[in-house]
Amino acid sequence: MSPAPLKILVIDENRIRSAIIEAGLREAGYDQVTIVHDVGGIARRIAEIEPDVIVIDLENPNRDMLENMFQLSRAVKRPIAMFVDRSDTASIEAAVDAGVSAYIIDGLRKERVKPILQMAISRFNAFSRMARELEEARGELEGRKLIERAKGILMKSRGMSEEDAYALLRKTAMNQNRKLADVAQSLVTAADLLGPGGL
Amino acid sequence: MAQFQVNAGFMPLFDSAVLVTAREIGFAEREGIDLRLSRETSWANIRDRIAIGHFDVAHMLGPMPLACNLGLTPLASDTIVPFSLGLGGNCVTVSNAVWDGMAAHGALADLDPTRSGAALRRLIRARAAASESPLRFAVTHPHSGHNYELRYWLAGCGIDPSNEVEIVIVPPPFMADALAAGRIDGYCVGEPWNSVSVVAGKGHIATVKAAIWRASPEKVLGVRKSWARDHPDALSALLRALHHAARWCQDSQNHAELTDLMSRPAFLGQPAEIEMRALTGRLDVGGGVLRKVDDFFLPFDKAANFPWKSHSLWFYTQMVRWGDVRHSPANTSIALDCYRPDLYRAALKPLGVALPGANAKVEGALTTATPVGSAGASLILGPDGFFDSRIFDPDMLDGYIATQATGLQADA
Repeated sequence: MSPAPLKILVIDENRIRSAIIEAGLREAGYDQVTIVHDVGGIARRIAEIEPDVIVIDLENPNRDMLENMFQLSRAVKRPIAMFVDRSDTASIEAAVDAGVSAYIIDGLRKERVKPILQMAISRFNAFSRMARELEEARGELEGRKLIERAKGILMKSRGMSEEDAYALLRKTAMNQNRKLADVAQSLVTAADLLGPGGL
Repeated sequence: MAQFQVNAGFMPLFDSAVLVTAREIGFAEREGIDLRLSRETSWANIRDRIAIGHFDVAHMLGPMPLACNLGLTPLASDTIVPFSLGLGGNCVTVSNAVWDGMAAHGALADLDPTRSGAALRRLIRARAAASESPLRFAVTHPHSGHNYELRYWLAGCGIDPSNEVEIVIVPPPFMADALAAGRIDGYCVGEPWNSVSVVAGKGHIATVKAAIWRASPEKVLGVRKSWARDHPDALSALLRALHHAARWCQDSQNHAELTDLMSRPAFLGQPAEIEMRALTGRLDVGGGVLRKVDDFFLPFDKAANFPWKSHSLWFYTQMVRWGDVRHSPANTSIALDCYRPDLYRAALKPLGVALPGANAKVEGALTTATPVGSAGASLILGPDGFFDSRIFDPDMLDGYIATQATGLQADA
């Protein structure tokens, strides 16, 4: 007979990230997953859910409060230790680097829990990557808009074609060893300072 | 080019000032150290990141390294304390409603722990008789000076901290909000998080750490033991930098610059005027009533940076008292080995500054400021009394542990 399915509690204030983790866990066959965004009333929730594994983001300032609660749960013989295997320093480092921590009921076999931790780590990393890419995409979009405006200013004030305006911006950027978007930003700022009739 | 790189974690509390100034005012650089500071959101993060090597050293609660070495925490590395980051600095703040109740039972705005504790006891008994829910107090961490001094004060005033009140954990920056929202009735925390409630008109300071136990230990520099072993020169240089930084922090001529620095968002982000109160000891205890507290927070004076073994042992007695750990010879020696005055002395000896000759002292024995025998220049210690006049003699550890009341005995 296979052991009872593990009950997993994910405490994460970030709704998107916790949704990603939940999806990952469910795909991997864990169907008893509970997500909590707000730590208010968390003691009662933990008592109701009786989780085997608790996954929490490291940026949560309530970690000390939560840990204390787990320690108190010793009184009802449900001791919880961080991670599965303290000697598995690689996993612990990977988790802290990813920004996630896990608390596990003492006595669970590590082979049963390790995939959950690995799932949490990879999903946290995926989320960070996604957030970074989003940030870059946003920056790129902003840059493109700036270049469009800078081209417009050159076309209007110097009567250049769009192609020549772009070539001038690019040449200036190369000569000054700056990013195209930065040169465009300087031009837009200067134009704004000088006002409508300035350039 | 710096000779050493040292990575340090800290929490946004005023007593991180010695670490912050070591970097920002240039004391670390002068010792050839590139001191990299990371602000953290929880003590658990600091503990984890020191354990896995992200940090070499960190701003820690005095009992925290002890808890790590005694195996009381989920993830821990052997951690030692070669330097204390100051003495005092905490208050017990209660909600306006609790303060009104205490005042009705005889409390005065004089911060006297005996009087305010007796008033709190009468209020708690009156609430119990009326079947009202127990008062809920918050501290920042179970293994903290805050938890142990709050419990010491309550028990010393005949209040059972384990049964007559509820004690919960709340992160320092959330204390004032939790009090204002009525989620807690009082708390014990370091400044500026008490004055923040007073300024908001939501709380009243009932007593202070400096009155419960004058010149008592608070935050320390926790160091990963293996790092200290592998980098003795970096550690010595760091301790010298912290020594100069602490002296700079104590000097009132620098207080304006210090509070400006700490008010930056990267550090505390609280108004400089509020932060100044910890340094001057002039507190608005509530409703504009001003009180001057001697030795409220000492970053340097009174040998504030010396890691007394008697401090470590006192924390240990309180861990035993409240059931965190069993008293045994093995645990006692872990507590003894945690604080390392030998490393402090070795690092500072070349400076020719005043160094205590002993590794431990009888706590609570000095009723006045007392010059003590020390290597080199003169050194002033004390007064260092407990509010209940008890004395902790580290040589009489078993006797002290045997006679200290647990919550239940205090109630009898």
